[in-house]
Amino acid sequence: MNAIWLAVAVVALYIVGWLWYSRFLAERIYCLDPRFTPPAHRYRDGVDFVPTNKWVLWGHHFTSVAGAAPIVGPAIAMYWGWGPALAWVALGTVFAAGVHDFGALVLSNRHRGQSVGTMANRLIGRRAKLLFLFIILILILMVNAVFAWVIANLFITNPAAVLPVILQVPVAIWIGYMVLRRGGSLLVPSLIALVIMYGTAILTTHYEFLQIDLVRWFGGEGETTALFGLEATPASFLVWILVLLAYVYFASTLPVWKLLQPRDYINAQQLVVGLGILYIGLFVMQPEVTAPAYNTEATTSWFPLLFITIACGAISGFHGLVASGTSSKQLDKETDARTVGYLGALGEGTLALITIIAVATLFASTAEFTDSYSSFAAAGQAGVGNFVEGASQLAGGIGIPSDVAATIVALIIVCFAATTLDSAVRLLRYIIGELGTEYRIPNLTRRHVATSLAVGLTAFLVLVPDGGEGLGSGGYLLWPLVGTSNQLLAGITLMLISLWLYRKGRSPIPTLIPMVFLLAMTIWAMTEQVVLEWSGLREADAEWLLFGLGAVILGFAIWILLEAVRLFRSRDELEALRDPADEEPERERS
Amino acid sequence: MSPAEGSWWELLGRLVRGYDQSLRLGHEAEVRRELQEQEDIVLLLLFGEAMGLPNPASYYTLELYPALIESYHEWHQRMGMDHSPLDHIRCC
Repeated sequence: MNAIWLAVAVVALYIVGWLWYSRFLAERIYCLDPRFTPPAHRYRDGVDFVPTNKWVLWGHHFTSVAGAAPIVGPAIAMYWGWGPALAWVALGTVFAAGVHDFGALVLSNRHRGQSVGTMANRLIGRRAKLLFLFIILILILMVNAVFAWVIANLFITNPAAVLPVILQVPVAIWIGYMVLRRGGSLLVPSLIALVIMYGTAILTTHYEFLQIDLVRWFGGEGETTALFGLEATPASFLVWILVLLAYVYFASTLPVWKLLQPRDYINAQQLVVGLGILYIGLFVMQPEVTAPAYNTEATTSWFPLLFITIACGAISGFHGLVASGTSSKQLDKETDARTVGYLGALGEGTLALITIIAVATLFASTAEFTDSYSSFAAAGQAGVGNFVEGASQLAGGIGIPSDVAATIVALIIVCFAATTLDSAVRLLRYIIGELGTEYRIPNLTRRHVATSLAVGLTAFLVLVPDGGEGLGSGGYLLWPLVGTSNQLLAGITLMLISLWLYRKGRSPIPTLIPMVFLLAMTIWAMTEQVVLEWSGLREADAEWLLFGLGAVILGFAIWILLEAVRLFRSRDELEALRDPADEEPERERS
Repeated sequence: MSPAEGSWWELLGRLVRGYDQSLRLGHEAEVRRELQEQEDIVLLLLFGEAMGLPNPASYYTLELYPALIESYHEWHQRMGMDHSPLDHIRCC
């Protein structure tokens, strides 16, 4: 089958979702009111609260939420064949992610631009605040560990990508200073940055001496090194992890405008350029889908693991943090929320879609697919690498040689993941600080203590899991936990939106259904993993780290469910969510 | 250039500006915040004393005291003041 049909079918569903479902949500459920004064106007300060054109805000929202996660999840979930992954991405985006992102934006817009965390705190109190902090803490720790693992692996498998990645740092700092001193457009400097990075990628692909290939430097695969007697590959992994963590330590203690923001800006360009190249490549090449629609040889069931393997790309709680944290403070009109929230989710859906297509068209035969995706663990290890190869094949459609394309795709994924690492360690520092204040441990509020703890915990999590082939082979084991904690966050946001709708006397069904579905899948998957897999009850050995983390997440999921049930029953507590600003148009009307 | 070409050109320009703006949105807020902070520090240094805050700048300008003291002494005498008019700079 021609892969274009997959893209056409899913994009058609996205268009239907956008035209009809999002309109239904806007008019009948969220009841958007053009006369409502959004926080961007009410609290306009020229810094955070700035009314912004809806398409500009959509572009910013989309590029902030899309990163490496909607690539990693679907690439692993291809283990069950393209059918389950595609169905979940398509339906999840239209009926869950769109509803969630759009709703989070509207809810925050109606509550003075407050974030989901603050609103949960007001509604449920200190318990919710701590619950929220702990879930984000776990989510970020997992994301850190998995992304550090992904970067180290890509550096080992694509040594040509290392130099351009390193070059991004000074170029970003230069752009940061230029903008601070001169202001003005960033388009030209960031295009120059891309030319420098991609130009270097072409050079490093062709000239071996420009590749920073640690495995070769350590004497080649299988050689024993002087570094704790490790073999060359695990030794390289250890070195890359240490280098990465040292970088992240310094990067996350710098002011954001110096490095993080300009990196984001370059990455946003890379996302647009990358998506453009892959979709044009798809239409030019018209590749055949060679992966099976359903992998009949899969030994691990897709239900319910699929729903936690793909979080970003189908529905992700992280979007709620962006929607309620920054985007809601910049809405020019309440009615713009439909474009920014719903269409933003569809934007990320298109990234997950092209990931599935890239992997589904990579293999020469079904046998090759089965070979690469021989088990769920193998899928975890090979997923990202398969996407890199599949995407480089698609890029061939516009005449980019596949080896150069592979370097550039690996470079893009590393840039996305490294920026996430930087901002995640920063966030982790704030959360550790906040927990320090909450539990009266003043030392935790110090910048360098909190950062050391954040980096140390990440190092521990990425180095400890063992995939069976020594150091660095087990980072992917944490991926289901990333998905689970992300879905739990989405569950909390959907709960808040449902409670708000319920209090306003509107139907909360469109938000309740994805919420119940997510919580049920999370609880189901975690019970299965924690009780049967990681405890060692089945044939596999016990995985105590995963068992502990999974048990904590399972506890949180049940906690959220209980809170939701309690709040839906108590009308008085629901009134706590009432915000005078929310009632403004009704007051004016009466 | 025909009017149709002109409007295409204009549309392209608007698209590029919109694209640039959407990428810059988050960045701009941080730059504004940083510039605002720098400005706040300058204003505080300039007008802090008016609000009853001791000006840390005078502490650092004390370092200039040995270099300036002779010309300062000559200056206040030329101005017709026998003694230093400032409490915190005593030269005679």
